[in-house]
Amino acid sequence: MASFYQDRDIADPRMNPGDEPYFDAASQGRLLLKRCSSCGAYHHYPRALCPVCLSEAVEWVDSSGTGVVYSYSVTRKGGPTDYCIAYVSLNEGVTILTNIVDCDLDSVRIGQRVKVVFKATVGGAMVPMFSPDEGKAASA
Amino acid sequence: MSIKGVAYIAGAFEHPARKAPGKSVAQLHAECAKGALEDAGLSKDDIDGYFCAGDAPGLGGLNLADYMGLRVRHIDSTETGGSSYLIHVAHAAQAIATGKCTIALITLAGRPRSEGSSGTQLRTYGVNMPDEPFEIPYGAVTVNLYAMTAMRHMYEFRTTPEQLAWVKVAASHHAQHNPHAMLRDVVTVEDVINSPMISDPLHRLDCCVVSDGGGALIVTRPEIARSLARPLVRVIGAGEAIHHHMGGRVDLTHSATVWSGRKAFEEAGITPADIQYASIYDSFTITVVMQLEDLGFCAKGEGGRFVADGNLISGIGKLPFNTDGGGLCNNHPANRGGMTKVIEAVRQLRGEAHSKVQVPNCSIALAQGMGGRLGTRHASATLIMERQ
Ligand SMILES: [Zn+2]
Repeated sequence: MASFYQDRDIADPRMNPGDEPYFDAASQGRLLLKRCSSCGAYHHYPRALCPVCLSEAVEWVDSSGTGVVYSYSVTRKGGPTDYCIAYVSLNEGVTILTNIVDCDLDSVRIGQRVKVVFKATVGGAMVPMFSPDEGKAASA
Repeated sequence: MSIKGVAYIAGAFEHPARKAPGKSVAQLHAECAKGALEDAGLSKDDIDGYFCAGDAPGLGGLNLADYMGLRVRHIDSTETGGSSYLIHVAHAAQAIATGKCTIALITLAGRPRSEGSSGTQLRTYGVNMPDEPFEIPYGAVTVNLYAMTAMRHMYEFRTTPEQLAWVKVAASHHAQHNPHAMLRDVVTVEDVINSPMISDPLHRLDCCVVSDGGGALIVTRPEIARSLARPLVRVIGAGEAIHHHMGGRVDLTHSATVWSGRKAFEEAGITPADIQYASIYDSFTITVVMQLEDLGFCAKGEGGRFVADGNLISGIGKLPFNTDGGGLCNNHPANRGGMTKVIEAVRQLRGEAHSKVQVPNCSIALAQGMGGRLGTRHASATLIMERQ
């Protein structure tokens, strides 16, 4: 069995004030995380106050954009195409909710190395998704 | 201060409707309230506290209190999704203990089946949601957020789809005796595995039904409960807890039930070994496995083996669960299964469950609820009750 990735209609993010830099960066092919300069913790999704210590001294930093699949599921009903939702644990130590794309969705595995790519929503915003990081051995 | 013994569940009613296209949600709430009052032998004007959650149309409980003509001196619309109603029982006990009310009504109702709801639909909680811009574009829906939890459980603990299927098999064995259940056919592990894949590894039969309907409870003081003609069901322990990812520290291997369960057992002064019947929230088969582990019925990671081979079937297994058929077979009104979990536990303690599934001399029962999504953020509530 093989379910190769197909483009689907991606819902637009209904942005809140403060989210613009994240999506502006995504449109330039960059994945941003928030990092707290008080406690040092990275976090995602991005907040104006650090969810670990509530400091307002949070700054945008570029993510390496690579990580491993923590969990995933290929959703096969409810829409015109199958899609693979996943949690990807980034090298920075935070885990991001995303989709795995541009591959045979049936080949996705926990522990697989993936790298960020960007896909357009129906309204033209760009959102980070992940595809297999070819040439990198899988590991847990 | 403890709520142990300060309140009794004196009335319980489950709406018989599974599809109610011609009724309003407010009407369903009111019919449930009336049913619970008749069950308790009380009248509307006896109610002085009202509890409802997000399924209630309007501003907290105001619009439904108006619709039903309730004159109450205490109102509470704590909203944690499907676990809300177990928390309402605990909050009603607290309010009764502190003199804020003496007879509390809790209602739930909804018609998601008539409205075409599905667990594969994108569901928004409205504007200003901080997390949705980072979740909705990825097609994060109820079923795949639970499916990712199941996938990680299988990876970490070698849980199998067949073990998950046993949860549904047990529920179906019970539902065959419930004339109101939506799905009354007994199914096998193979039936579950061969049903269409919805979101790996969850098949259609790993998912709860979508149904209309509702339910209601009456909670009151000990001396009022004793003055009524119904068997006495005493609340002896309760716990509530939430879990989220603290900004990306995702761990799908346990739930907030770890904490809600511990608090409830401590308050009741008992252990899982004392529980004779358990209602376990069953939005999906994985939900049951996760909560059984986190309540301490088995060790973490052993849930798949614990539920296998009929261990949850009344009269066969060690832990009879969801003897009404649960959300997997009976109903899941308003897409929220917490109310019906309490109701079936009350039936068991009263000795009023169907004779084919009644636990003999059932004197201690547990009800466990889960609201929100296991995969993102959720609220767990545990309730322990005793027959007197
Ligand atoms: Zn911080």
